[in-house]
Amino acid sequence: MTAKSLFEKVWDAHVVEPEGADKPAVLYIDLHLVHEVTSPQAFSELDVRGLKVRRPDRTFATLDHSIPTLRPDAEGNRPYVTAQAKKQVETLEANAASHGLRLFGYDAENRGVVHVIGPEMGLTQPGFTVVCGDSHTSTHGAFGCIAFGIGTSEVGHVLATQCLAQRKPRTMRVTVDGKLQPGVTGKDVALTVIATLGFSGGTGYALEYAGDVIRDLDMEGRMTVCNLSIEAGARCGMIAPDHKTVDWLRGRQYVPQGDAYEEAAKGWLALASDEGAVFDKEIRIDGSTIEPMATWGTSPDQGAAIVRGVPIADNEDQERALKYMGFTGGEAREVEKVDVVFIGSCTNGRMSDLRAAAAIMKGRKVAPGVRALVVPGSEWVRLEAEAEGLHEIFLEAGAEWRLPGCSMCIAMNGDFVSPGQLAVSTSNRNFEGRQGPGSRTVLASPATAAASAVAGHVADPRQFMALEEA
Amino acid sequence: MSNQEPIHSFSSRILVLPEANIDTDQIIPARFLTTTTKVGLGKVAFNDWRYHADGSNKPHILNEIDPTEHRVLVGGNNFGCGSSREHAPWALMDYGFQAVISTEIADIFKSNCLKNGLLPVVVSKDVHDKLLANPQQRVTIDLQNNALTLEDGTLITFEVEAFARQCLLEGVDAMGWLLKRLPDIEKFEHSHGKAA
Ligand code: SF4
Repeated sequence: MTAKSLFEKVWDAHVVEPEGADKPAVLYIDLHLVHEVTSPQAFSELDVRGLKVRRPDRTFATLDHSIPTLRPDAEGNRPYVTAQAKKQVETLEANAASHGLRLFGYDAENRGVVHVIGPEMGLTQPGFTVVCGDSHTSTHGAFGCIAFGIGTSEVGHVLATQCLAQRKPRTMRVTVDGKLQPGVTGKDVALTVIATLGFSGGTGYALEYAGDVIRDLDMEGRMTVCNLSIEAGARCGMIAPDHKTVDWLRGRQYVPQGDAYEEAAKGWLALASDEGAVFDKEIRIDGSTIEPMATWGTSPDQGAAIVRGVPIADNEDQERALKYMGFTGGEAREVEKVDVVFIGSCTNGRMSDLRAAAAIMKGRKVAPGVRALVVPGSEWVRLEAEAEGLHEIFLEAGAEWRLPGCSMCIAMNGDFVSPGQLAVSTSNRNFEGRQGPGSRTVLASPATAAASAVAGHVADPRQFMALEEA
Repeated sequence: MSNQEPIHSFSSRILVLPEANIDTDQIIPARFLTTTTKVGLGKVAFNDWRYHADGSNKPHILNEIDPTEHRVLVGGNNFGCGSSREHAPWALMDYGFQAVISTEIADIFKSNCLKNGLLPVVVSKDVHDKLLANPQQRVTIDLQNNALTLEDGTLITFEVEAFARQCLLEGVDAMGWLLKRLPDIEKFEHSHGKAA
């Protein structure tokens, strides 16, 4: 037996028909997650062809992208941004009903951002293939899944056949060695990996993250790292399941229970890449040198340690990015006045993220003129945060506390950053206008976002942490 | 998504948008994704480049040309990164484009293009420079021979994944191909403990 990588083990277990020179593999999909934005045209395609959803038991839907995060009024009317957004939600409700899908809608115990609720409910399980019409599906790779985003045509393929026509990507191992310094988080690791690889350095690859830093991260930090794989162009990112993975999933709603769980867990632990597994490419990063990061440009790979300030542009793309951002090469980040802070999304909308932000906001105030929005990733996150009193910390600091949803990550639900305003966001994209026309986005960790909200400018969170220790 | 017109060969003038890293949020901003159909998205293609907030036109080349004359979009380096939204190729095709050329084209976007009959053509930096240097030129794209011919006679071949190419040439789609495999899929489910 030749040594196999984690990716190869999961891939091989899902090949219905192998690929050839003139045809892709038929890859079986264990879990298909669906949301309102990228599914309507796929359901229409099924209707046109007279097809039904083949495996409703492997298909789960939620409402997250275009739904308002403000509460409904006294009559229960939700403040949709447009009638069309409302219609889109109703379309998914109708499609789920007619195809017999489980929809985590407004009445469900756990509605939320698709990549937050999948793992939370144990729908995501090690060794699975997971797809969704959203590019950050790579999040689920933190559990040792091959998980990737697909387009609407492919959503239709999976609905109708539970399979996809796929070419096997190459593999790359990203090893992050050493030990993180205090105040450095999974988000800083992810932004460092992307800055190292570049926006297209991962194109055509499935990434496996390894090394002590990755092992030491909690499951939520690992999800953040895998989530951002796509920002280096990678098809997916994954991490071998270990005892942390097994402990984190135990007892969750959709995983096997009791002895069956421990039996399944044995198989999960055997998924790790074999000693001697060969990767098409390997890179190493020294984790002990990573510091709190913030992007300075208009693509997620344009990031640097906050303490190092804005780099001097050395090509036209960088110049253009700095011009759009209104930043000057060489400036300290502290001169960048912040208008909006967004804490949430499938990248950083989980409990540990909210705790990190609350730890900094506690007993402090959001700086005058800054609008801070905290949006939990799911109903369960919201309830747990409220049980811990985190929402009170945010509200007392002067931040808004919203209902779960994608919100300002994609800015299609009415939550957006106004033209010219500068936002520090815990989400995943800082493209021109991503958070609203003319918006300027700095990507950072929840701690950095909270520190920036309090300081009123882009700030290294360690200054607030040091104060607490003193 | 459904059976499309077969693509073989066509000639057209190019349209150059030289900016590097044109991402899917530029091609179609997220706030236009609340649609439940794929038609009519051409008018919001590159919306924020083309219109002011009040909806009036900005001076932009996409507002000035006749789309039927410019069916080949040449983007700057690295085109189409970002979201998996298929609305991006839908919008480009509805505007009138039949092919996109760049030095690099992002994975999911490329796959989405191929499923809709929008041909992604990746070229070398040299060829890209020639296209940018003469943005008025007419090119010919011949999928049968995987060939792109520039106005100065430069002829290059480009790669298209073999299966996607066959689908485009024959006007068949991956859905039909997968549906034919349902008996095997069912067998796989039984032998791998995945039956319903
Ligand atoms: S939070 Fe952002 S990236 Fe995540 S699913 Fe929603 S829109 Fe996509």
